[in-house]
Amino acid sequence: MKKPLKFRLPKGQCWTIGVPYFWLLLFFALPFAIVLKISFSTAAISIPPYESLFSFADESLQILLNIGNYLLIFDDSLYIYAYLGSLKMACITTLGCLLIGYPMAYAIARAPKQQQTLLILLVMLPSWTSFLIRVYAWMGILSNNGLINNLLLWLGVISEPIQMLNTNFAVYIGIIYSYLPFMILPLYATLSQLDGSLLEAASDLGSRSMNTFWKVTLPLSKGGVIAGSMLVFIPVVGEFVIPELLGGPDSLMIGKVLWQEFFNNRDWPVASALAIVMLGLLIIPITLFHRYQSRSMEKDA
Amino acid sequence: MSSLKDKLSFSTIMLWAGMFFLYVPMFILIFYSFNESKLVTVWGGFSAKWYGELFRDQQILDAVWTSLRVAFFASSMAVILGTMAAFVMTRFSRSWGKTTLSSMITAPLVMPEVITGLSLLLLFVHMADTFGWPAERGMLTVWLAHSTFCAAYVAVVVSARLRELDQSIEEAAQDLGATPLKTFFFITVPMISPSLMAGWLLSFSLSLDDLVIASFTSGPGATTLPMVVFSSVRMGVSPKINALATLIILTVSLIAFISWYFARRSDKKSLPPAM
Repeated sequence: MKKPLKFRLPKGQCWTIGVPYFWLLLFFALPFAIVLKISFSTAAISIPPYESLFSFADESLQILLNIGNYLLIFDDSLYIYAYLGSLKMACITTLGCLLIGYPMAYAIARAPKQQQTLLILLVMLPSWTSFLIRVYAWMGILSNNGLINNLLLWLGVISEPIQMLNTNFAVYIGIIYSYLPFMILPLYATLSQLDGSLLEAASDLGSRSMNTFWKVTLPLSKGGVIAGSMLVFIPVVGEFVIPELLGGPDSLMIGKVLWQEFFNNRDWPVASALAIVMLGLLIIPITLFHRYQSRSMEKDA
Repeated sequence: MSSLKDKLSFSTIMLWAGMFFLYVPMFILIFYSFNESKLVTVWGGFSAKWYGELFRDQQILDAVWTSLRVAFFASSMAVILGTMAAFVMTRFSRSWGKTTLSSMITAPLVMPEVITGLSLLLLFVHMADTFGWPAERGMLTVWLAHSTFCAAYVAVVVSARLRELDQSIEEAAQDLGATPLKTFFFITVPMISPSLMAGWLLSFSLSLDDLVIASFTSGPGATTLPMVVFSSVRMGVSPKINALATLIILTVSLIAFISWYFARRSDKKSLPPAM
């Protein structure tokens, strides 16, 4: 029934699909297989710092799967706390981005047509300028002799600086600040395509505006809410730079732990196992995002 | 009706408050880059001396040059790969190959960077181990990594444009005897060129900005600008970084507004004259 690919496609089409396919297979799919493999190996003092899974002994191929790395992760409360810390951080910041981003996207979608592209450009512009530099800007604002503390001291509201930098509070601010544009963009995409006549019909039928919002606008923009939330939630779970720069010793996140295991402790197998477990935690949100993505593409087509 | 107005004004207030939140930190950075004082938060008078210091810092200049080269080649490769993938996603009939390709190409959009970086590094280590290539990590490996994740963004931008396009023009060209390749280069590419440009610029800024993937995939010979900034920021705030930040913000804003201008102009052109 299903013929092989090359019989169905002309030669030119074969190349068009083949080149990106081969590239992604080599530089995206294969690397994950390697991470999975290394997560089952044993750390060793060598270059590269792990032992091979396969070995020949007594004329037979031996494959040694070491699940010790995984047992270590589930045994050590440090890793568990790091995972939980990351998930909590991701939940709170996603909610924060949604609460700030939804009204913003709504206002942009209701603005006159010519202004909409300019407003979206203004929202996206900060995310194109260096991410690192925007986090760095917050270091200057939140530090003990920074802008907010100086202002509050000058106003006489406080008598000594409040510790804000190197706390979880600073990490929340930094993450919401950096990821807000990624929430607004998909929300705007669905809200701007909303059929205005439905809202009119609701108000003609006597629905109050809050009621219309909950019963009509919000359900119709569900796709944008899911896409935006996933675009924030998934990368935040693996976030490393923001907790490193704004957070303190108690802001434990899995991205930071993975980085330390890999670069400081040079324990590649444990780092790989941490990545695999992280991916396992993110499987549901990632498939949710893909389902939304492919559905919205089919709708447009 | 008045309650509808209230809600509108609430979202409008949120929009301006949100814009304030997004822009104030950047304006503060620009302001303090002209600070005479060595202490970042104490105002010591107007001075442009940190810009001078910045241009005398050889390490930063080298890193800028490396980053620009990597970003140029990565975004060019990403446009080629992303456009091919976008073409497959919008023009090919549903098949097993198309479905896996479109899910692979959108995956880097959401994948946590640490995972992508770690897995690519392990791939390069493995390849070096097995075939002796790439012998060492450096610009080439960063280029490969950046091309891969930027291609995802190009594919999204270009496929949105391809989907809007009137396919009858392509069909007409083919009916008149143009080969598919000729149709693509003489008909499709000119029509999608604004989105190719937008995809290229987006990739360029993504590649310039990337710290995590570059840290994993680069070697001692290729330090990109974000890596230098990160290590110096970790030591504490320095006024030189304020000057650098100002230059980056201004350059990116300029590029963004130029590309917005071109996109708007081509949008106007593509509208039917009656409108």
